[in-house]
Amino acid sequence: MEVRKVEIPVMADLHARGERPEFLFWVGCAGAFDDQYQKVTRAFAKILTFLNVSYAVLGKEESCTGDPARRAGNEMLYQMQALQNIALFNAYGIRKIITICPHCYNIFKNEYPDLGAKLDVINYLQFLDQCILSGKLNIDPHALSDVSITYHDPCYLGRANDIYFEPRSILRKLTSKVVEMERNKSFALCCGAGGGQMFKEAEKGNKEVYIERIEEALRTEARVIATACPFCMTMLTDGIKYKNREAEIKNYDIAELIVQSLNI
Amino acid sequence: MVKQLVFAITLLATIGIFSFTINRILNYFRFTRPAFQVRHFNQRIWLTLNVAIGQTKIFRRPVMGFFHALVFWGFCVIAFGSIEMIIDGLFGTERCLKFLGPVYDVITASGDIFGLLVGISIIIFLVRRVFFHIKRFEGIEMKSVSHLDANIALGMILFLMLSLLGMNMAYYAGMGGTGLEGVYPVSRLLSGIFSGMPAAPIDLIYEICWWSHILLIFVFANVLPYSKHFHVFMSIPNVFLSRLEPLGHLPNMDDITREVQLMLNPDANFATPPSDAPVGRFGIRDAEDVTWKNYLDSLACTECGRCTAVCPANLTGKRLSPRKIIMDVRARMKEKGPGMVRKGKEFSDNKSLVRDYISEEELWACTTCNACARECPININHPVLIVDMRRYLVMEEASAPGGIKGVFSNIENNGAPWQFSPEDRLRWAQDIELHIN
Repeated sequence: MEVRKVEIPVMADLHARGERPEFLFWVGCAGAFDDQYQKVTRAFAKILTFLNVSYAVLGKEESCTGDPARRAGNEMLYQMQALQNIALFNAYGIRKIITICPHCYNIFKNEYPDLGAKLDVINYLQFLDQCILSGKLNIDPHALSDVSITYHDPCYLGRANDIYFEPRSILRKLTSKVVEMERNKSFALCCGAGGGQMFKEAEKGNKEVYIERIEEALRTEARVIATACPFCMTMLTDGIKYKNREAEIKNYDIAELIVQSLNI
Repeated sequence: MVKQLVFAITLLATIGIFSFTINRILNYFRFTRPAFQVRHFNQRIWLTLNVAIGQTKIFRRPVMGFFHALVFWGFCVIAFGSIEMIIDGLFGTERCLKFLGPVYDVITASGDIFGLLVGISIIIFLVRRVFFHIKRFEGIEMKSVSHLDANIALGMILFLMLSLLGMNMAYYAGMGGTGLEGVYPVSRLLSGIFSGMPAAPIDLIYEICWWSHILLIFVFANVLPYSKHFHVFMSIPNVFLSRLEPLGHLPNMDDITREVQLMLNPDANFATPPSDAPVGRFGIRDAEDVTWKNYLDSLACTECGRCTAVCPANLTGKRLSPRKIIMDVRARMKEKGPGMVRKGKEFSDNKSLVRDYISEEELWACTTCNACARECPININHPVLIVDMRRYLVMEEASAPGGIKGVFSNIENNGAPWQFSPEDRLRWAQDIELHIN
């Protein structure tokens, strides 16, 4: 077995050398800073390297998309961020963006065009599913075959953008034991983090949303709860800890599960 | 001739009162803001056929959805019979559509069958509402008038169906099987109760049913605009005028784009002359700030509560109820509208939609998950309205929960919702190893 160090290509360096990668891999704030979600960024970067994809990240030049500000009502701050990001994309001639965060995906795909952006935005699940279906990415069907997995639909991939097929298609390649929660696909319950909730105390109520959702996930008796959003991951991992089930129930992102099955 | 005259006067009165009410309600649209331009007619027609006529979203709750669909489709076919009754009433004709031949048989037969199906569905609805405790019909916004409103409308529909079937049964029995126009499968079976009765009382029953049916339609039409059952008229237009963007899309604020562009590129100051139109209030504070689409949504809402039943905030005991937000828009416009008609858009009664009707606590509980909008059978969009009210709070009053204010300053200062330096954005990229088998 060969061990290779992965160098993450940075847009500014490539630009200085006169190279233009095919994709911008947009890491996102959670991808860069959140301890648990950094592992997802690393997993996806590994897959990109494994597949020899021509890509780069913005690194220190990346900045918030403005999504949390926008959904909390601060349109001014959102547009400041958005117009500066668009200027940066234009400066590097960036046309194709891959995102791992559904909130970044949604805002690039649906809202930046209102401000003049012309982008081809792909979510990593769509990208990975295409790679698997076209045979570029060969999943070992035995590595995780006896692991039962339930998938939590992030609101901003599911209802917001109707991406329900790809995550399930990938998971079915990994295991035959995909179990659905009671509320799934367009009926899926939010993890409770969207619309700025991630960053504030919840309003007074009788339950936290993530507890309601983790109870539903635990009822499936799946050993792995698969997520595809940094905020869902924070919430559901907290839920597992709250229920004292972290010994036997794991929360992984779909990119991490693919890396596990590829054993790369 | 007397009958025709009485009918004509009643019809005229019905149309008069109806136009008065509708005119007053539609008048309030001139105080609303623009939302989007109505384009893509092919897509809208398809959407209307699918969501409104096909009832596809109501089938997301299959059992009750099925009964609602029966009532809706029943209304559609029974409407042909009602039109015929109006023409007959005005011109003294009898079953003026009979010239349609086999088509007439289809119209009368389906009207007759649906009369029964709608009647049964309405009884199920009434029993559910009166005798069962359905959580979806409860909530802070559901006052006793809301329940009364629902039950009155259901009662009226039930009597409409009873009079329809009574009319058909008496017609069938009175004709004795000869010279019968149209086909009445249900009434034929039920008309046995009239057997052996002389012709005169049967004719009288027919007349009573005919008049009560058409008069109930006239009364019903005039009750609807004051009721949540206004949705009978407003749902189809509301679906046709849906937002067509994906649910994840929020409308852009173009006023702000101009300002931000000037900030980022001060030279543009000289290039583009300032717009003459004064910049209005940012976001929604009161009735005059809502868009025509928000107001139309509020008029079309049936208070079914499917939105609130799936709202994660509401499910976990928070005050937010998406249904209430929509109902509040309608109630506030009804309250403030007359004043604005008299004194113009500047009219103030020292109240506002935000705070007097909708609290900040409700607005900040939303996760923008779009479960409500996905569920609404007639494509009402709640999150766009909620975010527009947040825009008012944040940009006009600088009011937001502490954590959210922290997010704003972090994004401004270091380009992330958390307090991390952009210098650390590549920390994750260190020491990654790829194992190649």
